Amino acid sequence: MTEDLQNQIKADVAANPIHVFMKGTPEWPQCGFSKAVCDVFNALGVPFSATNTLENLDAYRPALLALTQWPTIPQIFVKGEFIGGCDILIEMHNNGELQQVLGLQAPVAAE
Amino acid sequence: MDETPAIETNELEELIRSALPGAEVAVTDLTGTRDHYRVEVVSGDFAGKTLVQQHQMIYAAVGGHMTQAVHALQIRTRTP
Repeated sequence: MTEDLQNQIKADVAANPIHVFMKGTPEWPQCGFSKAVCDVFNALGVPFSATNTLENLDAYRPALLALTQWPTIPQIFVKGEFIGGCDILIEMHNNGELQQVLGLQAPVAAE
Repeated sequence: MDETPAIETNELEELIRSALPGAEVAVTDLTGTRDHYRVEVVSGDFAGKTLVQQHQMIYAAVGGHMTQAVHALQIRTRTP
């Protein structure tokens, strides 16, 4: 049921400091956008947990949409908060906001 | 796989403009297959909104077309 799945999503988000709903797994991403998200966290060297939505995409998509008003996957949660998808994560990584949210040192700008 | 009707670049622009009146909207078909688009929107309505909220406004405008006719949007938003 959708409600059960929404509760499962909320529990996963609450239990993990960084949780990604993606297509495939961090070891084997099945979509370029999901892979890009994993690449960002791997580049920062921060551990993250993930749910493979391909296990039941037809259920995950509407359940996530209802919670986040976000129609696409991947979706990223940091410290219980929905921060967006791949584009936003990359933008936050590039401008140092992500490092700030994660309590990491932002990279020193070149030159 | 099920066939879903594609959506045209100008239809997408129209949807976004009607949701965000006065916005500058540029939509580019990234793949030539009318289902992966880049959307660039400049709107005063984004002021004071987080990036997530700005993108949610675009998704809300595109509505049911998202994931049906449109598989992926690359979104860039900013204020004038």
